[in-house]
Amino acid sequence: MDNDKNIQEIRKKIALNKLRDHLFWIIGLLSTLIGFVLLFTLIIDLLIDGFPRLGWQFFTSYPSRFPEKAGILSAWVGTTLVMIVTAAAAVPLGIAAGIYLEEYGKKNWLTNLIEINMNNLAGVPSIIYGLLALGLFVYYLKFGESILTGGLTLGLLILPMVVIATRESIRAIPNSIREASYALGATKWQTVKDHILPYSFGGILTGMIIGLSRAIGETAPIITIGALTFIAFLPSSPVTSEFPFFSFKWLLDPFTVMPIQMFNWISRPQTAFHINAAAAGIVLLLLTLLMNGFAVYLRYRFRKRIKW
Amino acid sequence: MSVTHSYPLKAEVKNLNFYYNLVQALKNVHLPIAEKMITALIGPSGCGKTTYLRCFNRMHDLYPGNRYEGEIILYPDGLNINSPKIDPIEVRMRISMVFQKPNPFPKTVFENVAYGLRVRGENRKNFLEEKVEKALIQSALWGEVKDRIYDLAFNLSGGQQQRLCIARALATDPEILLFDEPTSALDPTATSKIEELIMQLKKEVTILIVTHNMQQAARVSDFTAFMYLGEIIEFDKTDKVFTHPSVRLTEEYITGRFG
Repeated sequence: MDNDKNIQEIRKKIALNKLRDHLFWIIGLLSTLIGFVLLFTLIIDLLIDGFPRLGWQFFTSYPSRFPEKAGILSAWVGTTLVMIVTAAAAVPLGIAAGIYLEEYGKKNWLTNLIEINMNNLAGVPSIIYGLLALGLFVYYLKFGESILTGGLTLGLLILPMVVIATRESIRAIPNSIREASYALGATKWQTVKDHILPYSFGGILTGMIIGLSRAIGETAPIITIGALTFIAFLPSSPVTSEFPFFSFKWLLDPFTVMPIQMFNWISRPQTAFHINAAAAGIVLLLLTLLMNGFAVYLRYRFRKRIKW
Repeated sequence: MSVTHSYPLKAEVKNLNFYYNLVQALKNVHLPIAEKMITALIGPSGCGKTTYLRCFNRMHDLYPGNRYEGEIILYPDGLNINSPKIDPIEVRMRISMVFQKPNPFPKTVFENVAYGLRVRGENRKNFLEEKVEKALIQSALWGEVKDRIYDLAFNLSGGQQQRLCIARALATDPEILLFDEPTSALDPTATSKIEELIMQLKKEVTILIVTHNMQQAARVSDFTAFMYLGEIIEFDKTDKVFTHPSVRLTEEYITGRFG
């Protein structure tokens, strides 16, 4: 029968298609595994080398000529303070720019130009930011090789990321919400402050944290601006015993950060220092993972509350 | 158009033309809006009825490239709300709108209804509570939500959300209430509740409603305007339009021969 033959033919084709399907399944799985296995091996390797070194002493000691006495105190304090400056610089600027571009800016060649530039800026190699900062903050504005310079540099670096995250989460708000607000007689600023900002806050926060977790590992621009690799003291305290009980002197103090401390240890010949570097690497990795995890959590929380 | 001569007018549209860039969407439209009556706009998709409605609260000003010509006179003060000299925000404070799809804010029921008053700088808690309760009673939602005032509005059903949007529009005591196909996203039960509500509301406010549903126009409205390709083809008392239309096109549309 003709019909029988047809069915045979169709079955053959289905079998062939299924074979291809399986083939891709295997390729896809292998590709996924390679990335995962590599990262996993790296983490395990770091843990084996560095974990025994992690302890109270490691977090509370300055770098030292003796590897067993050395620690990351000045590095983690430096990283924390630099991150505070980075966030303080990039977040308000980024959010304001993102809101302007989405809600206020008229669509014309100028905003198009800004938009293209903004997207390109996110891809500029970080050392270029270092060079810019060296010229602008260190030499021109005379901030020196300070926490302020470091924070502003990294702030510039993540500014495009914050702007893009802000714009994306603003764009996710349906236009019907804006119209509802305007129809009640709200001005643009009232609409932004009462609706656009609160509803896009989760996305903005996520973008900010992901930006910071990139900034925390940046080494090149920080080296370019001349951060020191051996710092055996802490910046001046932001809290003082005399009126007005706080001080911004720490902003102009020299500093080091975690990746620079690691770089310094790695470039020494003694293996004991390499172990210190691995231990610092674990701390850095944990910090990044924690920040990313927090970003995922925030996204989840805000998505659950607001669904369009 | 003297069908409204025995009724006091709340607004009057004169020679209204509207352009989306170069495309003319409304052509020389005239329409009297009788006070505390319901005027329905019917017509096939793309005939310009929503465009027309959105002229009344200057929603078109939010987007670039839109242009008005002509007048919408608001009575009793005789203000031309389409004049470029009039701030659209002032117009929107006097004329409220309910949209096609329920669009509550992702806030509590209370904050949704109170938002129009907050925009006007009202922050006294007692006053807001009073107004919110009154608006929710007016929109026939109070009984269903009075224990859930501080719940998120998104937890309400679709029909309840739309009545919440009506309450939100009513809380500011508007002079005219605009409805843009308010039931097109709702099931029949929710639809009939909203229709009942609209008929109730005309005691207090002048209503202009765009609808796709001719039965709805016939059920709720006092006057009906049939629009086609940006023009008003026929305007008359609703029962006249639906029983003895004077224009052939109207008859063809309401009997379902096109549209």
